Amino acid sequence: MSGAQNTETPESAASGTAPARRAGAGVGRVLVAVYAILALAATGRSVFQIIDRFGEAPVAFLLSALAGVIYIVATVALGARLRTLALVTISIELVGVLVVGTLSLVAPALLGLHSLDPFGRDSTVWSAYGAGYLLVPLVLPVLGLLYLRGRTARGSARGATPQAKA
Amino acid sequence: MIAGFTVAQVIVACVAGLLCTVLGLARRRPNDLTLGALVVVEVLLLAQLVIALISPALGNHPVGSVPLFYVYLVSALLIPPAAVFWALIERTRWSTVVLGVAAFAIAVMAVRMQQIWTP
Repeated sequence: MSGAQNTETPESAASGTAPARRAGAGVGRVLVAVYAILALAATGRSVFQIIDRFGEAPVAFLLSALAGVIYIVATVALGARLRTLALVTISIELVGVLVVGTLSLVAPALLGLHSLDPFGRDSTVWSAYGAGYLLVPLVLPVLGLLYLRGRTARGSARGATPQAKA
Repeated sequence: MIAGFTVAQVIVACVAGLLCTVLGLARRRPNDLTLGALVVVEVLLLAQLVIALISPALGNHPVGSVPLFYVYLVSALLIPPAAVFWALIERTRWSTVVLGVAAFAIAVMAVRMQQIWTP
């Protein structure tokens, strides 16, 4: 009843931009929130692992920390609509989760991992394709790239959004 | 930690997550109900903090890493206020979905905290 009338209007009225772009930006906000939580999770865990037991699996923990930093940059890039930076960081994430995920299962010794337990002492955010994080690290970059692609498509179709010019 | 309390907390967080996600996708902007649900989630986290602080004195010691437990708990305590803050600034339906995402994250983190306390 009241829900229908007070949804879209304030959003588009507030800034006077194209409704399609605003709608796309809306979904993007959820993506930013999920990225922020994952950034917190990955960074928190890697910082703890590095302080507590860096010697046990230095390669894995440094990768974990790198992943955390990349998630932070991706969060900021998505939030601030820095398209190129978002594209680069999200692509690195996808490659990272696929490469590290595969290595963690096929050749765990290469990463200095002692077990395959996704919740284990030396597991990283990308181990076993992010199984310890409900596979969110695997799904999120795909959603992120689809979102960026959708925005670009919309942007060039309209030819007037800042993203299309930048 | 008390397993029963954690179970209740996870159920509440999941219900709050489902409620906010569904209402958000149904185009509702953040309201007293959805914001209140996150407040309940936060209050239960604060109760969890009190329980964690008192438990060792009563002989209920964590088996896993204590610092790791508190990294999780402190991080979890920050998430609902951040989501509510966001929802108050940006009053769109997507902020309601964000509230739901935050609540689900708390459910997962509560499970992890219980695992750390009693591996």
